[in-house]
Amino acid sequence: MGASVCPFKSTAMTEIALFGAIEIGLVYALVAIGVYLSFRILDFPDLTVDGSFPLGAAVCAVLLIAGVNPWLASLSAALAGAVAGLVTATLNVRFKILHLLASILTMIALFSVNLRVMGRPNVALLMQDTVLTPFYGLGIPDHIVRPLVVGVIVAVVVLLLARFLASEFGLAMRATGVNARMARAQGVDTDGHVYAGIALSNGLTGLAGALFAQTNGFADVTTGIGTIVVGLAAVIVGETVLPARALALALIGCVAGSILYRLAVQVALSADSIGLQASDLNLVTAVLVAVALILPRLKAKASRSAPRNPSAAK
Amino acid sequence: MIVVEDIHVTFGRGTPLEKHALRGIDLTIPEGEFVTVIGSNGAGKSTFLGSLAGDVLAEQGRISIDGTDVTRWDTPRRAGLVARVFQDPMAGSCAALTIEENMALAAARGRRRGLGLALGSDRRRGFRDRIAELGLGLENRLHDRMGLLSGGQRQAVSLLMATLAGSKILLLDEHTAALDPATADFVLDLTRRIVRDNRLTTLMVTHSMRQALDYGDRTLMLHEGRVVLDVAGDERAGLDVPHLLALFAKQRGGVEISDDSLLIG
Ligand SMILES: Nc1ncnc2c1ncn2[C@@H]1O[C@H](COP(=O)(O)OP(=O)(O)OP(=O)(O)O)[C@@H](O)[C@H]1O
Ligand SMILES: [Mg+2]
Repeated sequence: MGASVCPFKSTAMTEIALFGAIEIGLVYALVAIGVYLSFRILDFPDLTVDGSFPLGAAVCAVLLIAGVNPWLASLSAALAGAVAGLVTATLNVRFKILHLLASILTMIALFSVNLRVMGRPNVALLMQDTVLTPFYGLGIPDHIVRPLVVGVIVAVVVLLLARFLASEFGLAMRATGVNARMARAQGVDTDGHVYAGIALSNGLTGLAGALFAQTNGFADVTTGIGTIVVGLAAVIVGETVLPARALALALIGCVAGSILYRLAVQVALSADSIGLQASDLNLVTAVLVAVALILPRLKAKASRSAPRNPSAAK
Repeated sequence: MIVVEDIHVTFGRGTPLEKHALRGIDLTIPEGEFVTVIGSNGAGKSTFLGSLAGDVLAEQGRISIDGTDVTRWDTPRRAGLVARVFQDPMAGSCAALTIEENMALAAARGRRRGLGLALGSDRRRGFRDRIAELGLGLENRLHDRMGLLSGGQRQAVSLLMATLAGSKILLLDEHTAALDPATADFVLDLTRRIVRDNRLTTLMVTHSMRQALDYGDRTLMLHEGRVVLDVAGDERAGLDVPHLLALFAKQRGGVEISDDSLLIG
């Protein structure tokens, strides 16, 4: 290990940094999938994830310290995230608060909730068993074990979710996001599907928070800042490298996008010539997402002003 | 059978824009009857169909379908009883989903949607057979997104979707208005065939007097939220477009209008 001798030490990634980027990319892949569910499938711009990610981390950390089984702790974190999603969905569906605002309210409230859950701004996990513990000491280096275990969890999530979205219930959820009026005319309880979808989205984000806490050995209330933007960035990168109609592929795109995004960040940070610091990450990500959101609009404008565009079926 | 008793609908109650759109509609439509509905813009035709489908709830009166009081039911709950095709071909289907996914959505209308696969191979085969009946060659395009179809094709598929779940009532709100004349004729013929084969109780809103008399068994004219003409049988058979136009003009205060302006309107 650590023997990756590289002539351009200043610009290249070490092996550890590479696997570290993949690991964090896989953790945030769950956020990306959650964001894909809310933004893309339900057409519900949900910022709750900025709160449900650290909530998942906090719940998991506190339960681990209390000696709870790591898998049970992770599941509880997912459930806590789902409940946060239900709060947002209720504010929107039941009380007609605009989705963005509803999610911001939940997100802000969660900041306080997370402090309450942990009792302090951050909690360290040093001696506690995590879902990773059984896999350490099998002869595989730790920095490879972590992405492997997280990768298997992500793969299971992708498989289950792809199957879920292909079910009658999942199809109705997709219809809810695409054409709610039609869905209702086909007997779909669109409100119910918004509840379920936003809960699922934030449940996955809570699980991501739990995995973050376990792979990094701490939970911190500030880790949530910018989660939504990172998730969106991953979704957008994924859609760019894997422009797929098939849902299973789109989910894989989210995972790939999340990993690629982290690798790109890693490269940018390790290239001294660019002069970026870790603290610039949010700025860079926000710019990236903004550009990605603006580009299609510019493209559409360009093609609209093009002379020949016979009855462009929307 | 649909029984409507004295329903009223008011939009924007208590605001300066208050609109009493339905002012007491009483109707009984026996099972299997095909009713055409005409009336000028703003007469309340869409509101009436919407109140049958559950989009707008009547603030007064009663609606029952096959003996069940559905007055307070919302749209999804009524969907098991009522199928619809909208005026806008984009409105009645999901452009971003495939043809077979749209069909699967419609086939589950009025049922609990569980975690079973929406598109098993049996169901796919069934959909292929059904869509082949349209004679549009769509049976080879089940995986295409609905948005790729032309307006007429989408309306044809929407009509087919209306029959997949076995509901007995079909509501058509100017479902051919967005189509060119030839396509509109095709969709109308298909409508007639589907209504007959499935013995559907049908309400079809149209702006064409000709269509209103040529299709179906009974014609209603709405005006300012009321039924002002209700003809069937011999009386209807004896009616011609000029008669209808005259009646129509009388309702509008004697202003002469032509069939054309109605079509455009
Ligand atoms: N959602 C709504 N809010 C407020 N007013 C409405 C609403 N829907 C319909 N109206 C009003 O109710 C009246 C009846 O409208 P409706 O759409 O039922 O007419 P219509 O007979 O279908 O007309 P058209 O031939 O133009 O489709 C109109 O005055 C309309 O402006
Ligand atoms: Mg109308």
